[in-house]
Amino acid sequence: MTSSATTPDRLRSGSAETLGRIARDNAWTLSLFGLLAALLVFTKLINSHYGLTSLQFTATAVVPLALAAVAQAVIVISGGIDLSVSSQMALTSCVAATLMANYPGDGTAVVIVLLALALGLLLGAINGALVVLTKVPDIIITLSTYFVWAGFALLVRPAPGGKAAGWLMGLAVGSLGTSLLPKAAVVVVVIVAAIWIPLGRSRLGLSIFAVGSNRLAAFRCGVPVNRTKFLSYVIGGLLAAFAGLSLTASTGIGTPVPEPTYVLISIAAVVLGGVSLAGGVGGVVGPLVAVVVLQLIRDDMTFLQVDPNYGLVAQGLILIGVLMVGSFIQIRRSRA
Amino acid sequence: MTATTSLLLEATDVSKTYGAVVALDHASLSVRPGEVHALMGANGAGKSTFVKILTGAVMPDSGRISVRGRERTSHSPADARRNGLVSVYQEPAIIPDLNIRDNLRLTQTPIEPVRHWLHELGLESLDLSSLARRLPLATLRIVDLARALALEPEVLLLDEITAALPANLTDRVLDVVGRQRGGDRSVIFISHRLIEIGAICARATVLRNGQMVGVVDVTAGSEDRIVELMLGEVAAVRGRHEQPAAAAATRSEQAPRISARNLSDDRRLRDATFDLFPGEVLGVVALEGQGQDELFAILSGAKRPASGSLLIDGRPVTLRHPADAIRKGVVFVAADRAEALLMQRSVRENISLPFSARIPQWGWINLGREGQRVDEAVETLQIDARAGSEVRRLSGGNQQKVTIARWVAAGVRTMLCFDPTRGIDIGTKSQIYVLLRDLAAAGAAILLYTSELGEVQLVCDRVIVIFGGEVVGELPAAGADEVALLRAAHNLRPDADLPEQRVAGAPAETFAIEAPVGEAAEGVGRP
Repeated sequence: MTSSATTPDRLRSGSAETLGRIARDNAWTLSLFGLLAALLVFTKLINSHYGLTSLQFTATAVVPLALAAVAQAVIVISGGIDLSVSSQMALTSCVAATLMANYPGDGTAVVIVLLALALGLLLGAINGALVVLTKVPDIIITLSTYFVWAGFALLVRPAPGGKAAGWLMGLAVGSLGTSLLPKAAVVVVVIVAAIWIPLGRSRLGLSIFAVGSNRLAAFRCGVPVNRTKFLSYVIGGLLAAFAGLSLTASTGIGTPVPEPTYVLISIAAVVLGGVSLAGGVGGVVGPLVAVVVLQLIRDDMTFLQVDPNYGLVAQGLILIGVLMVGSFIQIRRSRA
Repeated sequence: MTATTSLLLEATDVSKTYGAVVALDHASLSVRPGEVHALMGANGAGKSTFVKILTGAVMPDSGRISVRGRERTSHSPADARRNGLVSVYQEPAIIPDLNIRDNLRLTQTPIEPVRHWLHELGLESLDLSSLARRLPLATLRIVDLARALALEPEVLLLDEITAALPANLTDRVLDVVGRQRGGDRSVIFISHRLIEIGAICARATVLRNGQMVGVVDVTAGSEDRIVELMLGEVAAVRGRHEQPAAAAATRSEQAPRISARNLSDDRRLRDATFDLFPGEVLGVVALEGQGQDELFAILSGAKRPASGSLLIDGRPVTLRHPADAIRKGVVFVAADRAEALLMQRSVRENISLPFSARIPQWGWINLGREGQRVDEAVETLQIDARAGSEVRRLSGGNQQKVTIARWVAAGVRTMLCFDPTRGIDIGTKSQIYVLLRDLAAAGAAILLYTSELGEVQLVCDRVIVIFGGEVVGELPAAGADEVALLRAAHNLRPDADLPEQRVAGAPAETFAIEAPVGEAAEGVGRP
C-alpha cells in the first residue's frame, strides 16, 4: 500500500531481486514496523499487565489520530498541508452527535453518517478551492479555516453532548473474532484501503504524487495541477470526517472544541511515517504505523509514571531522535 | 607524475563508492601550472564525483589530493576555496532572490575584479543591482564564472560552463579561459563539445566507469582518440549520420502538422511564421533570448499567444493547457530534466505520467497494458533502469531518455525538443539523434531547438533561424554548417563579415538586440 506497492515496478522481474527492491524501497516503513515491535516488547517489559485487551484500548485510542494522519498524508503528498484537520473533525463529530441525539434510530444514523461524510467532502472542497483559487499558501488558508470550522462547531454544539448510535459505538471497541484483531484497527484499515488502493491505481493517484513531486513537470505532462490539488483536499476532508465520526463513536458525544494536538500529531506521524513535507514521496502505511508508535510512547510514559510535563519534553526529543536516525539512513541511501 | 612539485594539482588513487556502485576507482588527475586541462568521460564515468571530491563537496573513500606538492584535504567547498580550488557548477550557485551585488557579498567576493571579468566576458553593462531571478540562465552562469575568476583560484574547475550558453557568449568564455594558459592558474575544463576541447585544452584526462583510461595530448587529430577512450568497447566513432533522407521532396505534397502564423507574445516573440511537416526534423537556431523559449511555450500549450494563430493538422487551435496540446499529439521535451521529471519517483511513473492522460480521468490504469508500453519504451531508448525506483539516481543521459520515453510510450506525433542534448554525453547524444530520425521516418514531426550548432547537420532536414522574435531565415541542412548558422543567427547577410564585437556586449536583458528593420528585411531572405 505504500508508494511502490501502488505502482509495482516491473522493469525487472527476478523474484528475489524484486523482493530485495521492494524491501529497499520500503525500508523506512519496514523499520517503522521494527520500531513498533520493539516498543511493544518494551511496553510488555515495563508493564506486565499489558496484554491483548490493552492492545485493543490502544487501537481504539488511535483511531481518530490514525485517520487524521492519513488525511494529512494525502494532502502533504500532493504538496500541501492541512492545519484545519482537527476542527474539521470537531465539526463533523458535533454535527453527527447532535443529529443522532435529535433523530434517534439505527437507520437514520446511517443517513447521518453519510451526511457527516458529505460535510467532510464539502469542508475539504472549500479548503481546496481556497488554496487553488486564492494562491495564498496552504498553511495560511488552513490555519484560517481551522478557526472557521471551530467556530461552526461551537455554533452547532455550545457544549459537549449529543449521542452516538449504538452500532457506531460498537465499531470502535472490542475485537473481531479472535481477540488478536482489534475491531478498531480493522475499521481503520478497511476505510483507508477502500480509499487508498483505488486511488493508487487511478490517474488521480499518480497525479497527486506528480503534483507534489514537481508541479512544473506535472503541468508539462498535461496533469491538471489545480484540479489535483483540489481533489487531494477533498479526499483529506473525507478522511477527516471519518476521523470525526470515530471521535463520536469512541466518546458517544460531540465535543465542539478541537484538540489542537491532533493537527500537530498528524503532521508528526506523517513525517515519521516517511512522507516528505516537500511532497511527492511517501504512502499511508507509514503514517498509520507512526501513529501507533507515537501512542505507545505516550502510554509508556504513563506506565513509567513520568511527570506529564517531562513526558511532553521526552516525546519531542524521541521524535527528533527517530527522525534524525531516519534521515541519516535516507541520506546514506540516496547517495548509494 | 614523476616530478610531483612541478604539478599544480595532483590527485592520485581517488576512489569513491556509493553502496554497491563504484563511482571512482583509483582515478588520478594531474594538472600542470598554466594548463587548461580537459576532464572527459561519458555520463556516469565519474566526472561529477571527481569534481565534487576536488571541491570538497564529497569526501573520497581513499586517495590523495595535493596542490603545489602539498597534500590538502577539503571538507567543504569553503575549505576547497581556501586550498585554492574553486568550481563553477552546472547550476549557478546564485541565490535567486538576492541581487547580484548581494550575491557577491554573500561569498565575500570583491566587486571590482568581478566587474573586470564581466567586462572581459562581454557583460560589462550588467546592472549589479538586478535581481538574480530576473536574469537569464546564461547571464547567471557568466556571473558565476566572473565571481570564480575574481577569487583568483589556483585551480578553476568549470563543469559544462558552455552548456547553456548561446554561441556568442560561448566564444567569449572560451576566449577568457584560453587566455589563462601559460599563467599561474590552471583550469579543469569539462565539456561534451570536442570542438571546445580542441580549441583551448592542452591535455585531456579521460574517465570511463570511474577509472582513468588515458591522458591525451590534445592535437589536431586527437578527437577520435578521446572518443575512443570514452566509449571503450563501442569504439565505433560516432561520426555524421547519413544525411537525412530527402524528406523535402515529399514535403510539399503533405499538409503541415503545425502551422504557426504571426505568433507573438508581446514581449520577445514578435512574429513567428513557419510550417512543420510530418516526417521531418526541423531545426531552430537562435541566439539566447530571441523568443525561442516563448515560441516553444506557446506551441506546447504552456503559454497563450498574445496574437497570431496556430494551426494543428490544418485546424486553428487554442491551447489552454499542455493537456490540450498533448491531446492533439504535440509534446514537449525540455532541456532541463529537473523541470520535466518527478525526481523521487520511479522510471515507470515518470513514463506513465502523460500516458495515463490518454485514458479517462477517473478510469483505472490498466497496469498490464501500461507496463508493457513502459517496458517497450525503456527498451526502445535503451534506458539503464537499474536504479529505476528513483529517477534522480539515474545519470543525466538516462534521465533525458526517460523524458523522451514517456512520449514515445504515449505514441508521439509531434515532438517539440528544446535543446534535448544539453549536458549529455556523446554516446547518449547519438542515441537521441538516431531516435529523432527514427521518429521522423515513422511519420512524426519534430521541431528541434539546439544551442549546439553542429547538431543541425547531424539531425535536421532543414533549419529556421529566429532573430528578434521573428523567423528571419530558412536553410536546408546541407547548407547549414556552423559558420552559416552563426551568421544567420546574428541576422547577417551571407557575404558580410562577422563583426569583432558580437552581440555579446549587449546587456543581459536585451540579448534580443533591436534588429534594424532594414537589415532584418535583407537578412537571410525568408523562405
